[in-house]
Amino acid sequence: MGSLIECRDLWKVYRLGDVQVQALRGVTVDIQRGEFLAIMGASGSGKSTLMNIIGCLDSPTSGTYRLSDTDVGSLDSDALAEVRNREIGFVFQNFNLIPRTSALENVQLPLFYRGLPLREQRARAAEALARIGLKGREHHYPAQLSGGQQQRVAIARALVSTPSILLADEPTGNLDTESSREIMTVLENLNRDEGITVIVVTHEADIAAYTSREIIIKDGQIVTDRARTAVSAGGR
Amino acid sequence: MGAFLLLTVTTAFRVLSRNRLRAGLTVLGIVIGVAAVIAMISIGQGAKAAVRSQVASMGTNVIIILPGATTTGGVRGGQGSAVSLTVADAQDLKKRIPLLTDTAWGKRDVMQVVYGNRNWNAPVNGISPGYLTIRDWSYSSGVPFTQTDMDVAARVALVGQTVVDNLFEPGEEPVGATIRLKNVPFVVIGVLEPKGQSSQGTDQDDIVFIPFTTAERKVLGTQFLGSIGAIFASTDRTEDLPEAVVQIREVIRARHRLQPDQADDFTVRTQIDIAAVQEGTGQTLTVMLFAIASISLLVGGIGIMNILLVSVTERTKEIGVRMAVGAKRRHILLQFLIEAMSLSLFGGLLGILLGVVCARATTVVAGWPTIISLESIAAAFVFSLAVGLFFGLYPANKASRLNPIDALRYE
Repeated sequence: MGSLIECRDLWKVYRLGDVQVQALRGVTVDIQRGEFLAIMGASGSGKSTLMNIIGCLDSPTSGTYRLSDTDVGSLDSDALAEVRNREIGFVFQNFNLIPRTSALENVQLPLFYRGLPLREQRARAAEALARIGLKGREHHYPAQLSGGQQQRVAIARALVSTPSILLADEPTGNLDTESSREIMTVLENLNRDEGITVIVVTHEADIAAYTSREIIIKDGQIVTDRARTAVSAGGR
Repeated sequence: MGAFLLLTVTTAFRVLSRNRLRAGLTVLGIVIGVAAVIAMISIGQGAKAAVRSQVASMGTNVIIILPGATTTGGVRGGQGSAVSLTVADAQDLKKRIPLLTDTAWGKRDVMQVVYGNRNWNAPVNGISPGYLTIRDWSYSSGVPFTQTDMDVAARVALVGQTVVDNLFEPGEEPVGATIRLKNVPFVVIGVLEPKGQSSQGTDQDDIVFIPFTTAERKVLGTQFLGSIGAIFASTDRTEDLPEAVVQIREVIRARHRLQPDQADDFTVRTQIDIAAVQEGTGQTLTVMLFAIASISLLVGGIGIMNILLVSVTERTKEIGVRMAVGAKRRHILLQFLIEAMSLSLFGGLLGILLGVVCARATTVVAGWPTIISLESIAAAFVFSLAVGLFFGLYPANKASRLNPIDALRYE
């Protein structure tokens, strides 16, 4: 069995009017099951594009992307939705919870689209919320929760479908330092205790410091790919 | 799938109840459209039923033959102004046309009817006895007059309920009383069962019947002996009416010695013709209401489409999130379709309610009969659902075709 993620010579070219933008220029990277890594880079470097491709939200212009030995490039939009539903959990910078919908129902969402019975959806969503310390907040609306709590709900939503990868795009971008630390600890624990592959996209070095591998992208190419030897938990 | 539908429907209702005013205004067109459909059908069906019962009150399978119009000095008189039909015509019809089960004749005039110190103007009809059978009159009290009364020109009369109400004290027995027509005393021998309004809106119970012979000799007078105002005939079966009309025309044309190039000097009408005219008026109204209903349903549908397009734009980010966690296109499509159909269904139910109220109000205020049928309610229900489906399709399809990344990035 190969790596969990295999990217081979990925190119992504956009056309913005007359101008061609090369967001990715030949990215090749392997990510193993159970890794905790950071993708870093300035804005416009192509790190978000790479994340979207890994998250099966976008497809490369050329090159191949294999996820769990499946060539994702050959899948249609329904099959991609299926892969996102089962294999990937997203955590966004601005939480992206559905407004005026309870925490529990937000967490239920992936199971809802998987077509599980309502009772099972509720039970698993409640369990996921409890796991990240939000027991008792099931029926709160996003607006009634703090930023840190909202991001935990989002993590619970990503976890509830037991994905192989958790993709976090600037997960602490909208949080204060205290909440940021909490969220990174949650991600760290999930990786260590449950073996979930966690990929964090960030431009902050102190967030990347939680991870064990660091990929730096510049102008659509990987310029640095190194393992962190000394994991300095909580180090900033 | 069951859980999916249940949650999608609850989500749709939650989204809609969040914007109650907006939802309410959006469905207004549907409400008016459906209400118009319900009112239209109930008024139409009510009118049809009323026409049918009025036509039935004329008797069954009745043929009426009226004298034709005269033209004097280039001025055409009204129908019946010519004096061209005679008792002999009527008797000959009976003899020559086996299809006719009954024939009768009569003439009429409005005159003063006097009882004691009271008087009342009523149409007085001199008729042959068969008339009562043909027009299906029955008696609330007393007896009809007979051929003997006819033969001896007896001074007997049958009176309608309206005449009774206007000449007699409440509780007074009209049968046996003596009334006067043109100073000629008549004994009331029967009171007619009320028939109500005719299809032309005249009071059929405002009437006095006397034997034709008595009328001719003592009350109404005559232009020439045997001239009559109308001939009445009936057939056993409704299907025989057209054939009977053809034969009647042949017989009377021959009797009147009309040349092939001459027009009829009489008119033959059947119940079928009269009913068709009456139902025609009802149809005009129905067509008008149908036009109103279609336009408001169209406007309502466009309203729903518009609000859904707004909703899709407002919730682009939500759509992106749903797609990111695994919603397929059909899930998004279904979500917005269900929202559209919930809106139109809500409008439809309100419209049904309003339509029923309008129909009832029409009956109470204007006195028009209305019939609210289960079919019309079911049709309105299905129609409103169809409007939601049709006008929801475009916005829902648009939502389902969003690119997940663009949707997620949308601010």
